[in-house]
Amino acid sequence: MQALETFLFIVLPYIAMVVFFVGTIYRYRVTKFKYSTLSSGFLEKRTLFWGSMPFHWGLLFLFFGHLAAFLIPSGVLAWNSEPVRLLVLEVTALVFGLSVLWGLVMLIVRRFASSRIRSVTSPMDIVIISLLLAQTILGLWSAVNFRWGSSWFAASITPYLRSILILQPEPGAIVALPLSMKLHIVGAYLIVLLIPFTRLVHLLVVPVHYLWRPYQRVIWNWKKEAIRDPKTGWTVTRPKNT
Amino acid sequence: MDVRSQVSMLFHLDKCIGCHTCSIACKNIWTDRKGAEYMWWNNVETKPGTGYPTKWEDQDIYKGGWREEGGEISLRGAGKLRGLLNIFHNPHLPVLGDYYEPFTYKYLDLIESPEGDDQPTARPVSLITGKPIDIKMGPNWDDDLSGTPDYARQDPNLANLSPGEQEAMFQLEKMAFFYLPRICNHCLNPACVASCPSGAIYKRGEDGIVLINQKVCRAWRMCVTACPYKKSYYNWNTGKSEKCILCYPRLEAGHAPACMHSCVGRIRYLGVMLYDADRIKEIASADESELVDLQLEMLLDPFDEEVIAAAKKNGVADSTLKAAQRSPVYKFVKEWGLALPLHPEFRTLPMLFYVPPLLPVMASITEVNNTEQAEKLNPISKHWTDNWLYDTTTEELWGTIEQVRFPIKYMANMFSAGDESKVIDRLKKLMAVRIHRRGKTVGDIDETKVATTLKDVNLEADMADDIYHLTSLATFDDRFVIPPAHREQAIEMLENAGDAKGSVGFGFNERPSRGL
Repeated sequence: MQALETFLFIVLPYIAMVVFFVGTIYRYRVTKFKYSTLSSGFLEKRTLFWGSMPFHWGLLFLFFGHLAAFLIPSGVLAWNSEPVRLLVLEVTALVFGLSVLWGLVMLIVRRFASSRIRSVTSPMDIVIISLLLAQTILGLWSAVNFRWGSSWFAASITPYLRSILILQPEPGAIVALPLSMKLHIVGAYLIVLLIPFTRLVHLLVVPVHYLWRPYQRVIWNWKKEAIRDPKTGWTVTRPKNT
Repeated sequence: MDVRSQVSMLFHLDKCIGCHTCSIACKNIWTDRKGAEYMWWNNVETKPGTGYPTKWEDQDIYKGGWREEGGEISLRGAGKLRGLLNIFHNPHLPVLGDYYEPFTYKYLDLIESPEGDDQPTARPVSLITGKPIDIKMGPNWDDDLSGTPDYARQDPNLANLSPGEQEAMFQLEKMAFFYLPRICNHCLNPACVASCPSGAIYKRGEDGIVLINQKVCRAWRMCVTACPYKKSYYNWNTGKSEKCILCYPRLEAGHAPACMHSCVGRIRYLGVMLYDADRIKEIASADESELVDLQLEMLLDPFDEEVIAAAKKNGVADSTLKAAQRSPVYKFVKEWGLALPLHPEFRTLPMLFYVPPLLPVMASITEVNNTEQAEKLNPISKHWTDNWLYDTTTEELWGTIEQVRFPIKYMANMFSAGDESKVIDRLKKLMAVRIHRRGKTVGDIDETKVATTLKDVNLEADMADDIYHLTSLATFDDRFVIPPAHREQAIEMLENAGDAKGSVGFGFNERPSRGL
């Protein structure tokens, strides 16, 4: 048991991180063509709306919720010190969690019900979607049964995660947590581990930069105007364009 | 003045016979692949008709192009805010059914079926699922109206025609149509480029070709919505968008694009246009009635000393300037004023121009009595009871304009944002050239009449001869004036030739296969 916990909470996170970074960077550099959301809305659009929208928006909220508990645990604890505020936080998170579950179920149903979508389903799609489903159910299970879970996150999981990041893993704080929450943590590691091998890589290329780029884009292969400008940088092998 | 050059195109619709050779040439080279089966980067539509994808011109459905409000333009169905909010589900994305589900037939069943009482058949199977399907639609499903006026009635360009005008078009025995070949317009204000969240789509500075970087595209699929011409397609297999590349590998090597090279009717022309990039925003946001005029004004005279100097300062190659001076597109569009852009009201400033078709418009109806002729026929021979003919007389050239078989308004909805005078102006010029040539070759038209006809449309006799020459007798090199690509300079910008020396070579070394 001890060995298993050591593996899951001390070894696995590092394996996950190494595989994640090496895998995604390798894939980005070597097989860049394969970085895609592999959107299937073109083949089936109606059910996608009821699946993709609640799933993604719910996930977005939950992601930032988890991030907040990780970055500002004291803030979350302070917020939760009033029972009413704790209730508000937990209910909101639960609603978004249910939205994710609903969306995910719709997406799974769609993936198997539509023969077109089945024909663009890869084995890794099924692996990752099952994992996401398990992860969502575990999260919801914790949310329903341990209504102060957000405080636990801030008080126990955050110090543990930070200890991982500073390379001094200290799992002591989380071994006392209930099984569903432990599994939720392991599920998170597995998802991170699998990101480079699935379509989830699209979350690494979310086009936020679209917001501040000009609408039109023109690229010169050889813009003489820029080349002749003394301010344009010049390297040993090639003149720079922009 | 920011002078840039653009490889621009012109399609002469009077010469298009609707043979689809262009589409097949394009398909064979570029889109005969899994995921691209349904794509036709080049397609030919019957007009009036619904087109491909079905009713693509109706932006109430597809939300393509730009919309102007108070002098400012914004993307109708995409853009920074709208695009990112719809990124998880794009409600305006056309779906496969709007194009058609690609299919093949199980031909092997014809020879491999076990012996039985029934004749074996080749059932259609979907190229997506591999399962038998009922074919609902296919490529060119409404070609030549498919024997029913129903397709024509659904044409979005008929929206503001009166029921009477519409009925006049659809009387079956009087029905006329023409063909509209379409490729990517390689616009000056491309909506696809503006809509791409990843920034994968760009316009090449040297020749203005609009391309999608396949390694940067992430299938956010906004370009499919944003292009009002629906010329950006989503490859459902690779998860990347694709579009017409104007055969740039051919162009760079000095060949005409495949669709143009193969054109049987020789309707296609390609040449360089110089334009003032400083004015793009101003002109794209102009009032609808001014769009065409301003776009033509933005195209610069390649003989003007000032333009040449500004172009050189901007790095436009001398060879490109020379090509611009010989450009057949410049002649048709600017010098002779014979061409118009397709749907300028989408505000993308398309750089593919069309000479509107004269014949379906001009062919007016004359009552003729053909009973006498019919009586002479053998009793078993087929004869038609209709009593109209194409009016080929030249007596009353424009007196019969009320009687044209095609309402001018319909053409104006397509080519000039509803301004009939622009279409009439082009058609009159086309007719004047014919009358001039008929006077010359047949000689049955009075010289003064020819002179007044030409004067009416501000054409000189030798100009009319030039139009005739470039329209009817032009050689390959007259029709396609392709500027040298100067790859010797450009390729060093793409890849350092020294780095790749002795290795596998330049370009796409990664197999374009679907991600995990």
